[in-house]
Amino acid sequence: MSKNISKQELLRLYRQILRIRFCEESFIGPILQGIIKCPVHLCTGQEAVAVGVCSALQREDYIFGNHRSHGHYLAKGGDLNKMVAEVYCRLSGCAKGRGGSMHLRDVSVGMLGSAPIVAGTISLALGAALAVKVKRENKVVVSFFGDGAAGEGVLYEALNFAALKKLPIIFVCENNLYSTHMPIKECRVSKNIFEIAKPFSIKTWQVDGNNIFKVLEKAKTAVSLCHRGEGPAFLEFLTYRLHGHVGPDDNVQGTHTDIRPLEEIKRWLKKDPVLLLKNYLLSNNVISKSKLKFLEMGVDREIKNAHKFALASSFPDKKELNKYLYD
Amino acid sequence: MIKNRQLQFSLAINEALDLMMAKDKRVFVIGQGVKSPWYVGNTTRGLLRKYGEQRIIDTPVSENAITGCGVGAAIAGMRPVIVHPRVDFLMYGLDPIINQAANWNYMFGGNAPVPVVFWLIVNRGGEQAAQHSQAMHALFSHIPGLKVVMPSNPYDAKGLLISAIEDNNPVVYIDDRWLYNTSCFVPEGIYRVPIGRAVVRRKGKAITIVALSYMVKEALIAAETLRTKGIDAEIIDLRSAKPLDKITIFNSVRKTGRFIVIDNGWLTCGLSAEISALISEKLFKFLKSPVQRIALPDLPAPASRTLEKVYYPDASLIAKRVIQILRKEK
Repeated sequence: MSKNISKQELLRLYRQILRIRFCEESFIGPILQGIIKCPVHLCTGQEAVAVGVCSALQREDYIFGNHRSHGHYLAKGGDLNKMVAEVYCRLSGCAKGRGGSMHLRDVSVGMLGSAPIVAGTISLALGAALAVKVKRENKVVVSFFGDGAAGEGVLYEALNFAALKKLPIIFVCENNLYSTHMPIKECRVSKNIFEIAKPFSIKTWQVDGNNIFKVLEKAKTAVSLCHRGEGPAFLEFLTYRLHGHVGPDDNVQGTHTDIRPLEEIKRWLKKDPVLLLKNYLLSNNVISKSKLKFLEMGVDREIKNAHKFALASSFPDKKELNKYLYD
Repeated sequence: MIKNRQLQFSLAINEALDLMMAKDKRVFVIGQGVKSPWYVGNTTRGLLRKYGEQRIIDTPVSENAITGCGVGAAIAGMRPVIVHPRVDFLMYGLDPIINQAANWNYMFGGNAPVPVVFWLIVNRGGEQAAQHSQAMHALFSHIPGLKVVMPSNPYDAKGLLISAIEDNNPVVYIDDRWLYNTSCFVPEGIYRVPIGRAVVRRKGKAITIVALSYMVKEALIAAETLRTKGIDAEIIDLRSAKPLDKITIFNSVRKTGRFIVIDNGWLTCGLSAEISALISEKLFKFLKSPVQRIALPDLPAPASRTLEKVYYPDASLIAKRVIQILRKEK
């Protein structure tokens, strides 16, 4: 399934996925200790979507995120230190401590911003795609949103307008089966979200979001459609967040938040995208166990250093409360 | 009947919903998270089991349609309570509130009531930043046809919610998560706190402090600090942002001649501006010093804890400002 991917690229993909995983897991300790206070929506389990989609993009292409966008930001090439510092709400963060985990942006790599209002950035991505088209640029715009956003009217309005104007936008729905506390079957009749794009004559696919190769392949298809002026495109990735909606609480049935069956979580753990790619690399002799270990240690070090960077940074000075209201 | 029964703010809301649903079959609750303590605390505890999914309706994330759905159900004879667990997420649902519910009765020449409650929860602090913290009562108070209530304690939380549900007009009921753990005496059974009526929480002669919702709590703490410094402040709890109880405010200011309003919304074009204007218009000759306001600075809510600390006004700021007012006169 990955015949046309070089060894170097395979290792890059793995490193990217692992980096997001390690980063997400590294927040759990400081959250439990109360050092990190802002709401943190971990994307553990969904890394392959972020990495696969962003690997099909160029640096100058644009993405917009949501409340769960650490992975999108990092996969697009956003500065790790600045993201971790933002989660700690420090001055050295990518939003200078004004935004926290839910407001990430690194314009230097085309990550134009994330925000937690459900579906709130879909129309913004639409606008960026319109700007790209008006300026006759060769860029593609990706709007990342969750299955919960499929309940919002603005998504359908955006689909129609994007189709009408043939905009170079890829609607990426990460279907992790839960809209905060609601299982998807309580939110919609059809579980096939990708079908919502069909009445707008938008090319649309449902893809295994935990298989990095499939994600990458379909993302490349969508990007080339957009480049040929045949956009928009819609991609629904079936995936699973291995943690709960927010923070380290896993929302397991029988516990305080009482939502997800343990069996279901166990089933998805077997489809963990990190595990899948790691097994692929080892069984195809792409890398030896010892070299893999070395790679993992390198990523771990990088994440630890990012926390050190954040913790060494100061909080914003209260005297600068008024800063940044206007440009 | 338990004498002097203490009840938590969130459970007072729960009790109001329970009593009204038992009393009136037209009442139902609809909104995100009504079956989840994440969203609405324990305010809907036990209601799903008691009244079923026909009347305790958890919804997909569709604020525009669900808000309109509640308005439409009210037009068709129901008495819905539409909950938005964060005011911020309601913005998609403004159209059915402002264009439809608020205008309907007037627009159709009367006899077109919209008996709906928009229950909005303010959920701020905790480094949640700009889209997880807004109050917005000034926005709703600006709209003709809406009533806006904001309880400061469990007694009023229950009594105002009952009044809101019984009212034939659209009522925006805004409560603050920071109050959810507070307790006070709450009678059992149905009782009403009238909409549009403020109450004097503390009698005093030196200055009138007008506050609402969470800020009443801070104002009462400030009053204690001021008392130790020999300053006797009168505290008015507005309870309703619209209609404003001008009589209670005016009576107090006539007596004290000094006035400060404490708001947990933004300063510019906010509730504090409206009340200050009213006092300047009607009571100018009674004033011993200029009207004063404390409100949120005209800024989005910051994330960082250091900035949150200076962003949200508290009792010490209120006390400081009152002392300044009195010092300036001397």
